[in-house]
Amino acid sequence: MVTAVPALAGLPGVTGLSANPFTDLSNMLAYPFMVNAFRAGAAVAVVTGVVGWFMVLRRQSFAGHTIAVVGFPGAAGAAVLGVAVADGYVAFCLIAALAIAAVPPSTRRAFSEESAVTGTVQAVLLGLGYLFVTLYHGFVSSVDALLFGSMLGITSGQVVELAVVAVIGVVAIAALWRPLLLSSVVPDLAAARGVPVRLLATAFLVLLGLAAAAASQITGSLLVFALLVMPAATAQRLTARPLAGVVLSVAIGLGVTWAGLAIAYWSPYPIGFWITTLAFAAYVVAHVAVLATDRRAHRARVRTGPTAAVIP
Amino acid sequence: MLSHGFMRDAFLAGTGIALASGVVGFFLVLRSQVFTGDALSHVAFTGALAALAAGIDLRIGLFVATVGVGLLLGVLGPKGRADDVVIGSVFAWVLGLGVLFLGIYTTSRSTGGGNAGVSVLFGSIFGLDTTSALTALGLGAFLALVVVMAARPLVFATVDPAVASARGVPVRLLGIGFLAVVGATAGEATQAVGALLLLGLLTAPAATALHLTDRPLVALGASAGIALVEVWVGLTVGYVAGSIPPSVAIVTLAAAIYAAVALATRRAGSVSRSPRPNPGTTLRQSRS
Repeated sequence: MVTAVPALAGLPGVTGLSANPFTDLSNMLAYPFMVNAFRAGAAVAVVTGVVGWFMVLRRQSFAGHTIAVVGFPGAAGAAVLGVAVADGYVAFCLIAALAIAAVPPSTRRAFSEESAVTGTVQAVLLGLGYLFVTLYHGFVSSVDALLFGSMLGITSGQVVELAVVAVIGVVAIAALWRPLLLSSVVPDLAAARGVPVRLLATAFLVLLGLAAAAASQITGSLLVFALLVMPAATAQRLTARPLAGVVLSVAIGLGVTWAGLAIAYWSPYPIGFWITTLAFAAYVVAHVAVLATDRRAHRARVRTGPTAAVIP
Repeated sequence: MLSHGFMRDAFLAGTGIALASGVVGFFLVLRSQVFTGDALSHVAFTGALAALAAGIDLRIGLFVATVGVGLLLGVLGPKGRADDVVIGSVFAWVLGLGVLFLGIYTTSRSTGGGNAGVSVLFGSIFGLDTTSALTALGLGAFLALVVVMAARPLVFATVDPAVASARGVPVRLLGIGFLAVVGATAGEATQAVGALLLLGLLTAPAATALHLTDRPLVALGASAGIALVEVWVGLTVGYVAGSIPPSVAIVTLAAAIYAAVALATRRAGSVSRSPRPNPGTTLRQSRS
């Protein structure tokens, strides 16, 4: 059964969709690796949905993307050293998070030092990853898996690890909820109220690193960012309320991850493509729906006249 | 070293790529649009693999994708620049498309396709032939020239968009045009340092130059000069030390120089960085 895994598409027992969806579902879930993929996907969707919502709120997409992609050199380095790939992801994502947090907020420079440092850190660490790959020749064939993910070969131990990371992420965000929200939306007011804004920013980047490292293991380094940004951006488009937004972000992340896994199981195309495409579709639909409702509301207001509009 | 044809070609292409990256990167950093550059570099990956999967010249896909998305991001944004969440969502999906094309390409061409993804991502400047090297040189010089010719209004529109637009500078049009040039530069630089590493060549020389001088046009020249030296030295290192890929050498060198200059100027900053009597000629003014 396990040997059949890499060539999922093209095997009659695996690819054949029958008329009965329940048969298909039980067929798919008969494979332990698929069950593990669904469990791991759930843990990843929860932590990226929660942390990603704050990332979008704080306008830190660039930092989030950089922290996510540098998991690749970490994983490549771990393969060279012969340690667990997961440790490499965690180490490098946290290093990048701390490096970005270490840049002092500059007020005197006309250019954004933070973004220049972020871009440079990203390029150098990715270069390091490529160096590791070239130094360790036997490894080149799995570069694509490190960059673009694989739903195969997730062990039960990894599922437990991912669940632990998800719990840590959610508990930490819940504990920091009020000060983090305040310092994200109005940093000046938060600082005046005595909230340690800088410390919170560092703590948040560390959480972002942890979430990215966890998600890298199934989506690959280059596509983690999709799970961080798209469900959260969709949720913020649909609701401005924080708690509802976070819950919605997790729900969308979970939906696209599970649907992506299921579709990728029956299709010849990679999991990363399906997850990003579904998430982007949700984002576009949310945008269009909100635009359409706004326009309808506007038209109704015009039709009923200006006085009617002020009456709630 | 230069008796080898491939090294001559690498130096020719590298010169054009360094000029374009240094000049375009300067404005990218000054305008705080590094994330857009990051997005376009990932778009370059998808464009190149789409072309490979379709069986056409890689560079066609590369440039169509980067210039097209550059224009799109410019048009979407209110001032010729897009919101970072929009950029992030669009390029995360484009990258997903890149994975699809990579899958199609590697499964449809069973021979020789295995490393295509890796070389697009991390560059293969030693593999260019003479025609591509000359094209890269010409295009790089052209892109640098275009930006240098537009440098004065672009600096104005960047430092103070409101006053610039009141004075009749087409701020929005400049912003859109600039992103198209960034796209072309990303496509250009992908050939040398690869889609994943070109961001270092765009940001590090420019940020280094901005640390060294406050005068915009001097910094612009310095950025191009620093990028040029870094590419040349990086290529030499890549040639001498066979196990280090040239793209990695270039990016590492650029980052090391940036870090050294940033630390040195920060240390000197407490003494010499006093307010100037005439801030109008410098970039030190705080922008809103």
